[in-house]
Amino acid sequence: MKYQQHGWFWRLLLVVILLAGAGQMWYAVNNVEYQWGWQNIPRYFFYKADTPVKAPFDSTVTAITVEGDSATVLLTSESGEKASLTVDAKDLRVKAGEELFDDDTAGYLHQWKTGQLMKGLWVTIWISAVSSVVALIIGMVAGLCRLSSNFTLRGLAGLYIEVIRGTPLLVQIYIAYFLIGTVYNLNREVCGIGALSLFAGAYVAEIIRAGIQAIPKGQAEAARSLGMNSFQTMKDVVLPQAFKKILPPLAGQFISLIKDSSLVSIISIIDLTKAGRDIASSTFATFEIWISVAAMYFVITTLLSQLVYYMERRFRISD
Amino acid sequence: MIKTENVIKVFHTGSGEVRAVDGVTLHVKSGEVVVIVGPSGSGKSTFLRCLNGLENFSEGHIRIDGQDLADRHVNMNKVRAEVGMVFQQFNLFPHKTVLENLTLAQYRVRHRSKKEALIKAEALLKKVGIHAKVDEYPSRLSGGQQQRVAIARALAMDPKVMLFDEPTSALDPEMVGEVLDVMKQLAREGMTMVVVTHEMGFAREVADRVIFMDEGKIVEEGTPEHFFTAPREERAKLFLKQVL
Repeated sequence: MKYQQHGWFWRLLLVVILLAGAGQMWYAVNNVEYQWGWQNIPRYFFYKADTPVKAPFDSTVTAITVEGDSATVLLTSESGEKASLTVDAKDLRVKAGEELFDDDTAGYLHQWKTGQLMKGLWVTIWISAVSSVVALIIGMVAGLCRLSSNFTLRGLAGLYIEVIRGTPLLVQIYIAYFLIGTVYNLNREVCGIGALSLFAGAYVAEIIRAGIQAIPKGQAEAARSLGMNSFQTMKDVVLPQAFKKILPPLAGQFISLIKDSSLVSIISIIDLTKAGRDIASSTFATFEIWISVAAMYFVITTLLSQLVYYMERRFRISD
Repeated sequence: MIKTENVIKVFHTGSGEVRAVDGVTLHVKSGEVVVIVGPSGSGKSTFLRCLNGLENFSEGHIRIDGQDLADRHVNMNKVRAEVGMVFQQFNLFPHKTVLENLTLAQYRVRHRSKKEALIKAEALLKKVGIHAKVDEYPSRLSGGQQQRVAIARALAMDPKVMLFDEPTSALDPEMVGEVLDVMKQLAREGMTMVVVTHEMGFAREVADRVIFMDEGKIVEEGTPEHFFTAPREERAKLFLKQVL
């Protein structure tokens, strides 16, 4: 009751603190006399491109049909070859009967194209997605090896995890690209994904190990007592339960992976961060670009955590 | 059915060795109900767990239907499929429904068709008195219901022997009866059973033979009448005085 009565006070305090923070920032930015140019930013998401449509060979315009906004131009060459071009009606540059040479512009097409930031976002998403899947596989294998009764497997997995967790990701990416990439002649995407997967895999392995150890021994014993072999016991009994337990930390790891993927920009993979840096250095719209880039990372990580939250609720039915 | 020969199980602890099972020789005939009683820490649960290989024993031989568990070439999974086990903590699979708990091993181990497995599961659930809750998850069931489902799950494999490891110890008192009733029915139907329990009433009523274990050894062995009315050994007398 007490909290409900005073709820408005704390809400108000929250709003006041946020406004004060924003106001301070606003004041500080005004002091450095920064020229805001938000109007220039949307074209780095999507922009309308004028693509010239050109005649494929020397020819004569035999017919033009206009339908709504687009026009179709029919061309015929001296040898009887025919071609049809589609352009925007208002940017039609030829008349019927006109003679065109090879590569002459017949008109323009206006098309929406994705800008650098969206392309970068896509690269970030697919690199993170591929790395996540590979990291999950590596983590699963390494995590199971950590729990193996075989000394060699246990030792290998332990060494892998220690080495990866004891060195910075930035250095690992450099080694993957400049050392391993050079020696085995790998392209930068493979090196970037490889470094990210190995890095996240070490953490996933520890999460999976902890998840399996959190399942009571009686579960595996019950499965084994029914005659199921160790693989079936893992697959049908232990791992499904462990997965439910480790979903939150696993999701946290994959969200970290999305953010860590910004480091692959240093080996010139044009991900969201690299795209942002390229645009910022050519437009000097530094503030707007980095705010936009941060917002885009925030949107995908938030979407992912919402998805995991939804899955957690779905899994809870058997509790 | 079960023949054990001088079974020894040694646990290595930080300070030394503990002989949890110390030379147990036992012969359980087909259809016989053997109840093992004894104070806690007497090695009776460890011995029971050795019988289906959940615990490795250090020395001796355990033959289940002629298969020696000490032989490394014996396929333990095949042996375990013939030996059902019921645990103190039920150990139902919490992520599977009651019905799925009964069908999983039927698919994986017995390679039964879905139809076969379902018919088997439903018949067994009816037998143990779980009618309505077949699509519920185990957490929605009472302890007594969970333990009855666990018994049905073990029976679904058509085992030749059933092992019970203190099946009523984790139950609220009012639920002990329903589980014991199911076990009594099984015994009447001629199932070979080895039961570790503190339920002396059950031992007296159902057992063909009572084994009293202490400090890893069989101290006294005999029919229920003999054991409950005229035990020879001092330790058995002391134990009975405490529990009865």
